[in-house]
This record gives sequence, C-alpha cells and structure tokens, in this order.
Amino acid sequence: MTHVDDLLATISTLQRGDIETWIREGLVAPQQEAGTLHFTEMECARVRLICTLHYELEIDAETLPMVLSLVDQLYDTRKRLLSLTAAVAAQDQDVQAAILAALERDDPARQS
Amino acid sequence: MKDPYETLGVKRSASDKEIKDAFKKLARQYHPDLHPGDKEAEGKFKDISAANDLLKDAEKRRRFDAGEIDASGAERPQQRYYRDFADAPHAAQDGFASNEDLEEFLARAFGGGGARSRGGFAAAGQDVNYVLPVGLLDVANGATRTITLPDGKTLQVTIPEGAEDRQMLRLKGQGMPGFGGGPTGDAYVEIHVEPHPFFQRKDDNIHVDVPVTLKEAVLGAQIEVPTINGPVVATVPKGSNTGTTLRLRDRGIRNRKTGQRGHQFISLKVVLPTAEEPDLTAFLETWQPKVQQEPRKEMLR
Repeated sequence: MTHVDDLLATISTLQRGDIETWIREGLVAPQQEAGTLHFTEMECARVRLICTLHYELEIDAETLPMVLSLVDQLYDTRKRLLSLTAAVAAQDQDVQAAILAALERDDPARQS
Repeated sequence: MKDPYETLGVKRSASDKEIKDAFKKLARQYHPDLHPGDKEAEGKFKDISAANDLLKDAEKRRRFDAGEIDASGAERPQQRYYRDFADAPHAAQDGFASNEDLEEFLARAFGGGGARSRGGFAAAGQDVNYVLPVGLLDVANGATRTITLPDGKTLQVTIPEGAEDRQMLRLKGQGMPGFGGGPTGDAYVEIHVEPHPFFQRKDDNIHVDVPVTLKEAVLGAQIEVPTINGPVVATVPKGSNTGTTLRLRDRGIRNRKTGQRGHQFISLKVVLPTAEEPDLTAFLETWQPKVQQEPRKEMLR
C-alpha cells in the first residue's frame, strides 16, 4: 500500500495541492484507513497517468476530469467488449463462424 | 537504443520548445493508457519518454551532443501502466488464454489485425529491477558482483570502471522468462555508490584531505598518500599550509567515454603534535616572527 508521501517522493513532478484536488474531485479514490490514505498499485498507476496528462501533455485542470471520464468509459466499454468476445469464443465453431459472418456483413469497411 | 533526436523526429538544432512539442504530439499518439488495444504503444512510448528525458535536460543533452554519454543512459525500467490494471484480465477459458487472444479474435472479427496470426499465446517476460550498493573503489577500478534476484536466480554483474552513481545497467534477457516462447525480460541494475570514508569523487577527479605534521608542512617532505590504486609517494613543498592543494596527475577515475583518467587532488591539513612538546613550546615563547600576521583581519572589518 502506498501513501501520498510515497507518491510525492517517487513522482518528482507531482504537487501536493494537485493530488489533493484530484482526490477531492474523485479522479482518484484512495482508501481511507485510520486517517491516512492508501493507494493500491492500480491507483498509483492511475496517478502516474494523470501526472503525464497534466504535467507533460499539459491538459489543464478543468479539462482533466473530462479526459479521465472518457478514459474510464473506454476501459468500461473494453471490459464489456472483452467479456462479450470471451462469451463468443466459448461457443462452438459453427456459432463463432455465424457471428463472424454477421459482423462481416455489418462492416462496410470489409465489403469490397 | 536509437538516436533520441530521430526518435522524437526533431533536428539536432531543435529548440527546447520544439522538443517539448514533438514529445507531446508523440505521447498523445502512443501513451499506452490512451491506446489500450495497441500492443506496440508501450514500447514506442518507452522510447519516446527516454528520448525526452535525455533531451529536455540541458546538461544531459549537452553531454550527449558532446559524445560523453550515449542514449542508453536514459533507459528507464518498465513501469506498470494503468491499462495493465484497468483492462482486467479475463480468466482463461476454452483455450482463450488472455486479453491478447481476445484482441486477436476481435481483430479477426473487425479486420485490421488479420495478418497477426500466431499459434497460441506468447508474451515477453517481466523486467526485473535491482538496486546494487557498491563502494567507490569498486566503480573506480571496476568489479564483479553476484546478486540474487527475487526469484532466487543469481546473476553476475560486471561494474564497469568509471561507472557513475545511479547508473542503470541493463542485462538483456536476464529478467523473468517469457510465456509461450515469448522473449525473456531484462534485468535493470541501478548502481548506488556508497560514500567512501576519505575519498570524494567529483566527476572523474578524486578529492582527499591528507593530514601533515607541522614539521612536514614547514620543512617540506616526501609523504605516502592513499590513492584509489593504493599508496603513492607525494612531495609536500616547503612552507605548505592547511588548504594547500597538490595534484596527482592521472590518479583519478578513468572516463568511460574518453578513456582519460581524472586527477587526484590532495588538500593538506596541518595537524599540531598530539603529545606535549616542551622544546616547541619553549621555542614559541621566545620566537619573534619576522612578519606580524593578522589572520583574522578580514573577519573583523
């Protein structure tokens, strides 16, 4: 488990005021335990992503929540898509072939 | 590693702003978290970041341009991206081992990646990171160390002569094994140079304080002094003082790029006798200096 101070020590660009804002705005959601905040490995990776977006790609504080919301929607959609794919992949070969054929019909890019 | 200017697609004369803009453009294009389905994004982003780390730092860029360091100095260990967590892996079922296989199925369904037909699932092994504390003399002379990795594997690490503190050594193919015939990961060993009790390193030069007796300082002497390669004889000139600096040519650390050795600088420290010296005391009581000294004059103005 990682604390705010550990994050500040490992990510040199990170400002304390900024991470406090991000926590307040719910962009990252560390767990509170006995008055201290704990970040899981996943949240640390998320903080690193937010730092890259904000400090390096210069996405300003106002736009940041929107970008992260889109990122979250992207991952959520991928999750559903991968679940669906796994379900398809579990079907018999002829069912899979029928689904692939239906997709092909539906995809104008593949029609020549 | 590739030339960092080439990686960012900028001229060697590019301004800081041009480098920053080029990095921003490429980072938007290849940040792995913004392109979760793109397997190549991670490797590309790693190269882009390393090139940017090198070129955005004026001092590192100058040293790179001067040929003092190469691009590999900026290599960074693999980091875990948000997508590694957010793309929650699916449990293996019905022969589908991983997200990668699902991606491939999707590619077949929606086109685009059809050419990537591989038999089964393969992935590169994880990189492993290791911090190796070494003494100053180890980097001064080069050394070999055996380290034990977390998985119990032992590894011979050659510390190159002239290695610097925080230098990263990359041991290709010494990381965790790959899956399904994928390549083995790399081991990254970061050298931490521990301070020496009396030698101090500044770039390729070695600085050391050497005590001399009052008699050696006043009359001059041949004394034995330590160097990183063992003791040598140095000449203390007559009338030396605390702070007098002697230079031993080519007794410093060999530069990895140029092969030139630095120098050793000796700063003399005059020490008074530790035991009673009645003759010296008697002499000083009757001694009339030829020139009256005012050593604190500057401080009391």
